[in-house]
Amino acid sequence: MADEMMEPGGGGVTKKFLYVNRKAPYGTIYALESLEVVLIGAAFEQDVSMIFADDGIYQLKKGQDTTASDMKNFSPTYRALEMYDVEKLYVEKESMDARGLTPDDLVVPVEVKTAAELGDLMENQDVILSF
Amino acid sequence: MKFGICINEGPYTHQASDTAYQFTKAALEKGHEIFRVFFYHDGVNNGTRLTTPPQDERHIVNRWTELAEKHSLDLVVCVAAAQRRGIVDADEQKRQGKDANNLAPGFRISGLGQLIEAGIQSDRLVVFGD
Repeated sequence: MADEMMEPGGGGVTKKFLYVNRKAPYGTIYALESLEVVLIGAAFEQDVSMIFADDGIYQLKKGQDTTASDMKNFSPTYRALEMYDVEKLYVEKESMDARGLTPDDLVVPVEVKTAAELGDLMENQDVILSF
Repeated sequence: MKFGICINEGPYTHQASDTAYQFTKAALEKGHEIFRVFFYHDGVNNGTRLTTPPQDERHIVNRWTELAEKHSLDLVVCVAAAQRRGIVDADEQKRQGKDANNLAPGFRISGLGQLIEAGIQSDRLVVFGD
């Protein structure tokens, strides 16, 4: 692809990138295409964090089965994030509680933070991409 | 200030592409720099020259083309999102063996790295979408 003609790395600049995932994995394409941004962005060696909130938490849910819906089950890809040095994964406590989920229900290890704590985290970012 | 712009929604169905245009235009008029405008998700549909709205409505695509011409804007359509949605330039037409192309003047197709770069190089990356 005509893609990455530019040399990844952003000229030695490292910024704090935060991806906020708020949408369910299926139903809209946001979750899938957002994950593509994270994977491509990893080549730029930035300081990356991800938040999963609202229905975005379902992106990480174990046991996804999409065989009947003709959708690609891309949940295994989240397990590969570690290899891309994307290891700071946060889940919003309120969203988690509202959906009756615990970290044990998720395909990757996460850190649970309250909405207020996530607000502080956002405060300290350079770039926030919300999908 | 140097801004990067990311547009995640399609034209005419969602306010985001209109607001992004108004923001970009206003920023330029105030003397700010726009490093790049990146079109992602359904936002890639802002870049098809086949768009033909009723005559008494704003022409969202032509509006971008004109603004790009006037200010040498870098309008980038994400290749992966574009391929899914049938937005094609002459190169992609050849590469994919399609019988037509539809990318509007002033736009170019490139990869997601362009969005990340906009985040790195701009003082602020402003995202327009849901």
